[in-house]
Amino acid sequence: MKVLDNWSVRIGGGVLALLIVLSLAAPWLGTVDPTLFDAASRDLRPGQAGEITTLEGDTVKHVFLMGSDSFGRDIYSRVVYGTRVSLVVGLAAALVALVFGVLCGLAAGYIRWLDGILMRLMDGIMAIPAILIAIAVVALWRASVPTVIIAIAIPEIPRVTRLVRSLVLSIREEPYVEAAVSLGTPTGKIMFGHILPNTVAPLLVQATYVCAFAILLEAILSFLGVGLPPDIPTWGNIMAEGRVQFVAYPHNVFFPGVFLAVTVLAVNMLGDGLRDTLDPKMAKRV
Amino acid sequence: MLVFLLLRLTPGDPAAIMAGDAATAEQIEQIRAGLGLDRPIVVQFGIWLGRIVSGDLGESYYFRIKVATLIGQRLEPTFALATMTILIAVLVAVPLGMLAAWRFGGWLDRALMGFSVLGFSIPVFVLAYVLIWLVSLQLGWLPVQGYVRIADGFFLFLKHLILPAVTLSVIYIALIARVTRASVLEALGEDYIRTARAKGLPEMRVLVRHALANAAVPIVTVIGIGIAILIGGVVVTESVYAIPGLGRLTVDAVLARDFPTIQGVIIFFSFIYVAVNLLIDLSYLVFDPRIRY
Repeated sequence: MKVLDNWSVRIGGGVLALLIVLSLAAPWLGTVDPTLFDAASRDLRPGQAGEITTLEGDTVKHVFLMGSDSFGRDIYSRVVYGTRVSLVVGLAAALVALVFGVLCGLAAGYIRWLDGILMRLMDGIMAIPAILIAIAVVALWRASVPTVIIAIAIPEIPRVTRLVRSLVLSIREEPYVEAAVSLGTPTGKIMFGHILPNTVAPLLVQATYVCAFAILLEAILSFLGVGLPPDIPTWGNIMAEGRVQFVAYPHNVFFPGVFLAVTVLAVNMLGDGLRDTLDPKMAKRV
Repeated sequence: MLVFLLLRLTPGDPAAIMAGDAATAEQIEQIRAGLGLDRPIVVQFGIWLGRIVSGDLGESYYFRIKVATLIGQRLEPTFALATMTILIAVLVAVPLGMLAAWRFGGWLDRALMGFSVLGFSIPVFVLAYVLIWLVSLQLGWLPVQGYVRIADGFFLFLKHLILPAVTLSVIYIALIARVTRASVLEALGEDYIRTARAKGLPEMRVLVRHALANAAVPIVTVIGIGIAILIGGVVVTESVYAIPGLGRLTVDAVLARDFPTIQGVIIFFSFIYVAVNLLIDLSYLVFDPRIRY
């Protein structure tokens, strides 16, 4: 396939696949429960051996590959389990943004009287920087996994809407749509059966970028202390916890930071590669 | 209105938080009445809208002073950081983008495109910590954190601001350099460039006066769009570098559920964003005399 010949897709997709395997195989990779802590193993440097108390109360020997934090929790386990949270939140937020964006975009592009209302609403959302919207939404509803996903998705909806709307505006003039209309095809079927399938390639590209941004935004929210509750191991939370003693123990911030940067980079590369192969017109524009 | 509804439809009760754990239900009720939170939501909205229009953003629940005053107090660090970031970004990104387009496909071009993908992917706060670790802790060149007012010495002020500004400018540089490269590349393909070269103009003059000048509108536009990224970055950067600006105020206000301050800051930032983009629309008149409003 043409897509798989692209090096950006190969590298980005490969790294991403590796991360997914890593997050699924987390329990078998020498990790312990990421919420376990042991007062005797506080602030260990990477590679040091220590002990950790299991939920049953037994004390077991454990090597802290990436050191431990100020509660004596294993950074390595937390980072590996954090991969799950980041990927799930990123994907879910992208999915939510995509579903709402596609619905709004189709409606605005195809149903004339809705266009004005919907696009003014989207302009309103776009006038507020993404992070501020997310912070405000989280401040509203107390942070939990679903609210954080929605908070991240909301600022992304206008971008998807605009893309879909502009695509619909050109597709609706195509002869096959005109043919469908003159055959008396119901509006719903034209929108979802005739127009939507032709927006898939640019949408897929946009979805990867939304996903990268969602992963980033989740980490930022957690890092600022307004994201997911601190007991859930996410990269942002690990860094938020580690920043207090960054000067003495930089590893608490570096390891999750590297994972985060590599993940976002991989998703962005995948997006660039997909854009170049699936949507050459767009590639020339950017 | 969006901001107002967003902030009031919340299960969190600021009165309960202010009163503390030991407060009785009566005390909480008293505080709520004092803040006007016991009135119907439509009445609250009417009062709120009237005040916004007259420039009154209300009083902070937490700091107990006017939100407008509060924003005024925190404005200097944020303004200084943002200005310096834009300055660094434009001074670095525009020449780089131009040179990359000039030597299209060369090593600088490929390095710049690689850097821009990297710049978009490295989170601001990760970069901030890497720079703090490298420049401040390992090399000891600059202070780790903090902010010094410009009135307390310009050199000290600059010393504290340079690292945050560099951190914040990376993503901005990636954005601007990419657009500069693309639009200069397009301009270089035009006939008037060939004419200018044929006239024997020095290459530098062709690049700046003929190519860059004609590529200016998209570049200026992206600088305006980038303000949104910049505002988001300010919130994060100020937290990492302990700068007492508007970004820190936002985070503190969210943690304290201080609604008037949250909405005040969001309205202020949105206003700035819209105002800057309006100014940029107007600046097209300067960059492209063909445009008339």
